[in-house]
Amino acid sequence: MLSPLDKKLFRDLWRVKGQAIAIMLVIASGVTLMVMMDGMVNSLTDTRDTYYERYRLAEVFAPVKRAPAHMVDRVADLDGVLVAEGRINAAGQINLPRIDVPVRMQAVSLPEHRQPDLNAVYLSAGRHLQANQRDEVLLLESFAREHELTPGDRMTVTMNGARHQFHIVGLAQSPEFLYTTPPGELVPDEARFAVVWMNQKALAAVFDLDGAVNEILLRTSRDVSVTGTIIELDRLLNPYGGLGAYSLDDHLSNRFIVDEINSLRVSSRTVPPVFLGVAAFLLYIVISRMVQVEREQIGLLKAFGYSNVEIGGHYFKFVVLIAAGGALLGCLMGVWLGHSLSGFYQLYYKFPFLVFSVDPSAFVIGFVSSVAAASAASLLVLRRAFNLPAAEAMRPPAPPDYSASLQIPKPVSAWLDQPSRMMLRSVLRQPARAMLATLGIAAGMSLSVAMLSVMSAFDRTISLSFDVIDRSDVTVTFIEPLGSSATFSLQSLDGVFKVEPFRAVSVLMRNGVHDYRGSITALSENPALYRAVDVSMQAIDLPTEGIVLSRSLAEQLAILPGQWLTIEIREGRRPVIEVPVISIADTLLGSPAFMSIETLNRLLKEPGRVSGAYLSIDQQQSQRLYRQLKDMPAVAGVTLREESRSAIREVMDTGAGAMRFIMTAIAAVISFGVVYNTARISFAERARDLASLRVLGLSRSETGFVLLGELALIALLALPVGCLLGYFLTSLIAEAFSTDLYRIPMAFVPASYGLAMLAVVVAAVVSGILLQRDIHRLDLVTALKIRE
Amino acid sequence: MVDKQQPLPAFNVIGLTRQYGEGAAAVHALQGLDLQIPASTLVVLLGPSGSGKSTLLNIMGGLDHASSGECWFFDQALHQFSEKALTQYRRQNVGFVFQFYNLMPSLTARENVELVTEIADSPMAADEALALVGLDHRLDHFPAQLSGGEQQRVAIARAIAKNPTLLLCDEPTGALDSATGRTVLKVLQQVNQQLGTTVLIVTHAAATAEMADRVIHFADGKIREVIENSAPVSAEQIVW
Repeated sequence: MLSPLDKKLFRDLWRVKGQAIAIMLVIASGVTLMVMMDGMVNSLTDTRDTYYERYRLAEVFAPVKRAPAHMVDRVADLDGVLVAEGRINAAGQINLPRIDVPVRMQAVSLPEHRQPDLNAVYLSAGRHLQANQRDEVLLLESFAREHELTPGDRMTVTMNGARHQFHIVGLAQSPEFLYTTPPGELVPDEARFAVVWMNQKALAAVFDLDGAVNEILLRTSRDVSVTGTIIELDRLLNPYGGLGAYSLDDHLSNRFIVDEINSLRVSSRTVPPVFLGVAAFLLYIVISRMVQVEREQIGLLKAFGYSNVEIGGHYFKFVVLIAAGGALLGCLMGVWLGHSLSGFYQLYYKFPFLVFSVDPSAFVIGFVSSVAAASAASLLVLRRAFNLPAAEAMRPPAPPDYSASLQIPKPVSAWLDQPSRMMLRSVLRQPARAMLATLGIAAGMSLSVAMLSVMSAFDRTISLSFDVIDRSDVTVTFIEPLGSSATFSLQSLDGVFKVEPFRAVSVLMRNGVHDYRGSITALSENPALYRAVDVSMQAIDLPTEGIVLSRSLAEQLAILPGQWLTIEIREGRRPVIEVPVISIADTLLGSPAFMSIETLNRLLKEPGRVSGAYLSIDQQQSQRLYRQLKDMPAVAGVTLREESRSAIREVMDTGAGAMRFIMTAIAAVISFGVVYNTARISFAERARDLASLRVLGLSRSETGFVLLGELALIALLALPVGCLLGYFLTSLIAEAFSTDLYRIPMAFVPASYGLAMLAVVVAAVVSGILLQRDIHRLDLVTALKIRE
Repeated sequence: MVDKQQPLPAFNVIGLTRQYGEGAAAVHALQGLDLQIPASTLVVLLGPSGSGKSTLLNIMGGLDHASSGECWFFDQALHQFSEKALTQYRRQNVGFVFQFYNLMPSLTARENVELVTEIADSPMAADEALALVGLDHRLDHFPAQLSGGEQQRVAIARAIAKNPTLLLCDEPTGALDSATGRTVLKVLQQVNQQLGTTVLIVTHAAATAEMADRVIHFADGKIREVIENSAPVSAEQIVW
C-alpha cells in the first residue's frame, strides 16, 4: 500500500512529466556516453590483450638487413629473453588485373612444419600453408574482402624485381596488423595495402635470404627491462645490419589502438560530467519551483507533525526517481550503442572477435554519479523548505518584491512598454536564476560548439594536408633510393607535367635519453607539389644546414632550436650524423622532420639520390601512366592523393570519429532540454499573471511576448557565453582527440559557432511554440481562482 | 452609445445555461437564465458558493462560453463570438476587478494601469485613474510595497482607466478587512456615478446590496429574485 505522500509523489511526477523526461534524457545522455565509452575502453583493452596473448604477439621487433638463422638462437640466449623467432619480412607489389595502380604489400614468412612461436595468424577462411609448397600464400582478410579474392584464387606479385604467381589458400588476420598502413603513410587503407604470409623457404628464395632472416621477434621476461634488452639486441645485431630494435609501444598498429583507447578514456571522463552538471542544474530549478508552489502544503504537513526528514525524503525521492530513471535509460542505451559500435570497431581494427562488455562498476558509477549530482542540486532547495516555519508556510506569500531588485535605468525604461518591463524586471529580480539558466543553455551550446569545431578541425587537417601540403596528383616511391636519372625517366613519361623528387630515410633520432624512431623527409628547394607547411599555412623555409622538427617531435625529443640532434640513419652505409635544429614547425599530421634534399644527401654522401617523387599529371592520360608505372620494376608504390584523402576521411569519420557525431546529437538534446525546461518553469510561475493579462484584454501573442520574451532574452544572453565556454571546451577536447599521428588544430571556426547558436535559437523557437500552445489552452477562469 | 429613445439594456440574457462535464458527472452551473441589466446601473449579485453568480460574470466578461442560450451586450451577440472577438471585447469594453487583485508584481502601480491604457482605444491617463482611487501619491510603488486595500484600488484604477462600458468585480472585498473594503466599494460606486459605467459586483457580503440599484439573488444556478433598490445608500454607510 502506497503512503499518501508516495501517491502524491507519483502524481507530481506525472504532472511534470514533460520536464521530468527532458531531465531524464540529459542524465541518460551523460550515462550513455559514460557506459558506452567505458565499455568500449574495456572491450577494446580486453580484446586486444586476449588477441595479443592468444596469438603470441612479440614484445620486441628487431629488423636487420640479413642475419644468419643461428643468430635467432643467440638472441634467445640473451638474458631475460623467453622466446625468439626469426622471419623474413619484405615488401612487394600485388598486380591486380582490374587495378591500374600497383598495390603495395608486405610479405611475412611463416615457419614450415610448425606453428610460429611468435606472431601467429588467425585463419578466417581456407586452410594453412602446406610445408614445401612454394606458391601458396595466406592473404590478409580485409584486403581480400575489398577485392573479392577468395581461397582458390591466384594472384601475381612483384617481389625483388621479379614477378611471381601465387595461389591463395587461406585468408588470415594477425594481431600485428590491426591497423595497416602502406609504408610511409599514416592512414590505413584496406584496398591499397595487403599482407601475405608465405612459407619461409619460398620467401627466402625470392629475396636471396636462404639460411637467413631479416627480422627477429622476441618476448622477454617481466624481470628485465625491455630497454635494456633492446640495447643488447642492437649491439648483437649491429654487424648484420640491424636497423634498430623497437618495442611493441613503437609498433604502429599497436600505437594506433593504444591512442584510440586513450582518447576514448579521456572523453569518457571529461564529457559525461558536463551532462550531469547540466542535469543537476535542471533538477535544481524544477525542485525549487515545486517547493515554492507547495509551501502551503509543506506548512500543512509540518503542522500535521511530519518531520523535516519525512518531508525532505519526499522531495528527495522525487529527484532520485528521475535520476535513477535517467541512469537506467542511459545504461541501456549505452549497452545498445556499444554493441552497435563494437561490430564496427571489430571490422575497423580487424579483430577476429570483439565482445562488448561493460564493467559492472561503470553502471554503478553511472548510477551513483547521476543520483549524487541530482541530490546535490535538490539539497540546496530542500534546506529552504526545512527552514520554513509551519505557520508562515501556510500564509500566502506576499507578492514578490520588485522594488528591491535591480532597476531598469530610466532612459531605457522610458521607451519600453509594460510587457517589456515585466519581462525585463522578471530577469532582473532573480539575476542569479537568470544567470544559471543562461549558464545551463550556454553549457549545452558550448558542447555543440566544441563538437562542431572539432569536426571542422578534422576537415581542416584534411584540407591542409591535401590542398596545401600535398598538391601532387601522384606520389611514386622507389624500392630503393635511385640516382637522379630516375627523376628524368619519370619526367619523360607521357602525361607527366612536373616531377619533384624527395628523399625519405628511416632514422633513429637521439637527444640524450630521449629518442624517436621515424623518418626524415627531404624535399627539393622551393617545392611546389609537396611543401612543408606550418599551422598558419606558411611554407617552411628549409635551411641549407640542419633540420626542421615538428612541434610534437621536438617535444618528444625535448629539444630546442639551436641544439644539436644525433641522427642514426637506418639505410645504406648507416651513418650517424649530428645536425643542428634550425626551427620548430607546427604541423598537423604525424611527427615529421624536414631537411633539404641536397643537405641530406651531402650528409649521407649520396649525391643526387631520391626515394621517390611527387608528380602532377594530365588526368586524361592517367590510366596509361599508371600502367606504365606498374611495369617499372623500380617502383614500389604509387599513391594517388585522392585515394589518400578519402582514406583519411574514413578514419576520421569512424571509430572515435563516429563518437563526435553521437556527442553532437546529444549536445543538441541538452541545449533543447535546458531551453525547454527554463521556458516551462517560467510558464508555471507566471501562469496566473499571464491569465490576468489575457483577462485584461491582451491578445495571446501579446501575452506570449511577456513569457517568451524572457526566454528569448535568456537565450540571447546565453549565446555569447556559450561561444566563450565553447572556445575553452574546444581546446580541451581538441587536445584529448589529438594523437601522435594527427593533431586537431585549435581553430576558431565561425561556422561552428553559428551552427551552435542556430541550434539554441531553434530550440528556443520550438520551446516557444510548445509553450504558446499552453498559453492558448490557459484556462482564464481557473487561473484567476488559484492563489499562489 | 446608448440610444436614449429606445435604450438597449447593457445586458440581455435569454435562456442562458452553462454545463461543466458530461453525463452523470455534469455540473449545471447555470440552468436557463433570463435577465436584463440596464446600462449605467450598479448591480450586486448575491448567493451562496456554487450558485452560479461567478459563472454568469465570467460569461458576461467574455472569459467563458455559455453552453446554450443568448447573451447580448447591447447589440453584440457574445454567445456567437470567437475567442479572438472575445479578446477584443474584453480589451475595449470590460474592466475586471478580482478578489486577489491580480496585479503584475513586476510592474509599479502606474505601470500596472499603463498595461491596460497602452492597448485601449480611448483611455484616461494612468495618473488620473490612480487619482480617482486616491492613490496619486503611490504611483511608483510596486505591489509588494502596497497594502491589500491599496493593491485592490490599483486594480480598480487599472480596470477603469480604459473608460470601460462595463466593470466586473468578483469578490472585490473578499480579501480585505471591512474598513478597507468600504473604501474600495466607495471607489466602485464613484465610478458608476461619475463615469456612468455599468458595474456588476459578485459578493458574499449581503450588506453590499444596500448600495446597489439592483440586487440579483442566485441559488442553484437560477435567479431566485431580482430586487430593485430605489434608494441606494452611499458605500460609506455600509456596515458588515
